[in-house]
Amino acid sequence: MTLSVEEIFETASMILHQNLDIRTTTLGINLKDCIHSDFGLFTDKVYEKIHDNAVRLIREAQRLEHKYGIPIVNKRVSITPVSLIMETHAEPEKYVRMAKTLDMAARDAGIDFIGGFGASVQKGMTKSDRVLIESLPDVFAETERVCSFLNVGTNVAGMNLDAVNLIGSMLKKTAGKTKDAVGCAKFVVFVNAPEDNPFMAGAYHGVGEGDMSLNVGISGPGVVRSVVEKNRECDLTQLSEIIKRTVFKVTRSGELVGRELAKNLDVQFGIVDISLAPTTARGDSVAGIIEAFGIESIGAHGSTLAVALLMDAVKKGGAMASGNVGGLSGTFIPVSEDKNMIDAVKRGSLSLDKLEGLSAVCSVGLDMFAIPGDTPEETINAIIADELAIGIINNKTTAVRVIPVPGMKPGDSVDYGGLLGEAPIMEVNRFSSKAFLQRGGRLPAPITSMRN
Amino acid sequence: MEKELLFITVIGQDRKGIVARISDYLYKNDINIEDISQKIIGTYFVMMMLVDMKESGREIDEVRKALEEIGRDLGMHIQIQHEDIFKMMHRI
Repeated sequence: MTLSVEEIFETASMILHQNLDIRTTTLGINLKDCIHSDFGLFTDKVYEKIHDNAVRLIREAQRLEHKYGIPIVNKRVSITPVSLIMETHAEPEKYVRMAKTLDMAARDAGIDFIGGFGASVQKGMTKSDRVLIESLPDVFAETERVCSFLNVGTNVAGMNLDAVNLIGSMLKKTAGKTKDAVGCAKFVVFVNAPEDNPFMAGAYHGVGEGDMSLNVGISGPGVVRSVVEKNRECDLTQLSEIIKRTVFKVTRSGELVGRELAKNLDVQFGIVDISLAPTTARGDSVAGIIEAFGIESIGAHGSTLAVALLMDAVKKGGAMASGNVGGLSGTFIPVSEDKNMIDAVKRGSLSLDKLEGLSAVCSVGLDMFAIPGDTPEETINAIIADELAIGIINNKTTAVRVIPVPGMKPGDSVDYGGLLGEAPIMEVNRFSSKAFLQRGGRLPAPITSMRN
Repeated sequence: MEKELLFITVIGQDRKGIVARISDYLYKNDINIEDISQKIIGTYFVMMMLVDMKESGREIDEVRKALEEIGRDLGMHIQIQHEDIFKMMHRI
């Protein structure tokens, strides 16, 4: 087989100039076999299983980075939802101890985030689920690496508003206990949460999974933006075509690395998540792709069409490239982690309302955005409920990661640095939905016919 | 024994001694050059070498570091990658 210099150069420049990388390799680990009536023994077993496998993950991932010359940016671990394994130990202080055990195992192994300190409560809550939610502000205050999720709805169960109603106050407590409310960046609330999502903060190892599985998140907004910029004159059909071809290639690299890494670790290969995930690095922006389409600043009218076109092309290219596409496989449009999104909010072209609109066509929801710290908790719950309703009605995953920053108001900005980026404070509608939210109960599962 | 094929990519401005420096290192480390070609793409000089490492006792990471060192000397970017990544990305 011969490859041309052009083909070799294309791959080399994707890595060299366009930030192509394997964004994350996440090892899902089942912890059900660690459950023990003696809590000390239980945490020892949890520590050992996570630590030992995380060390193996890092070693093998580095080996493949060298072999293929492609950076694997994050090596992470997701675990069985903690509320499930803590059912017989449902006391608040034990959740904090368990979280500290997870934090220590991750730190000692060299893992930056561990996901799965959460629960699925779409239909109702057990005692363990409630205690876990109550414990979260302390968990975030006392750990660095532990990430949490709640799944509060599915297409078949509807949405549990009683669970949503607990989140606003939990987030406000977390905001008060962690610097610049950074603890809130480690919590995601979902509907239709995938059990094999490799991306933090929402990753967990679902109950339908085997003992261990390896899931891979590819990336490459910079690669897509680059081909879009080289094709300024083409129409939408041609634009879709060039994006498909590019995403195909990017996904194939993820498939190769994921499959080989799983084999070397002797675990099941799970999925390739084809989500385009931005970073704050220059050029590595999803909003930058939309702007390269010809939108002056993301949020302008036309942005929803642009995101819809991008997302559809990404899915088509990815699905052709791998039989294992799964996880979220949408396009992430987090505000704080995407330079062009940050700028768009600051210059007034992107509002929370438009962000919600965009999420209707691209998944993954309202991600990493900051709001004033004095936003009433019912309003936070209502922001969450609105976004999740889009997921329930449209048969898709949606999620919210919102940061109410104490003492800040629109026009201010909080800089987290590193992966989490910079979050300009966004304006929130000042009218109340308290009386509606207080009704509580469950949004019934939606009808699946009559799809208009 | 089956071949262990990798691509070395050299990107930068053309200058004297590129092939000499790299092939000298490869020869000394029992890495065989199977194919070599070069081209100007846009403003870049791009050279690729297909090499077989089966008889070399070196680890890929060692070779990568040595080539990066040569690259720094020459003011070029040099990388080495297993051929499978290119096959996966460019062939169905």
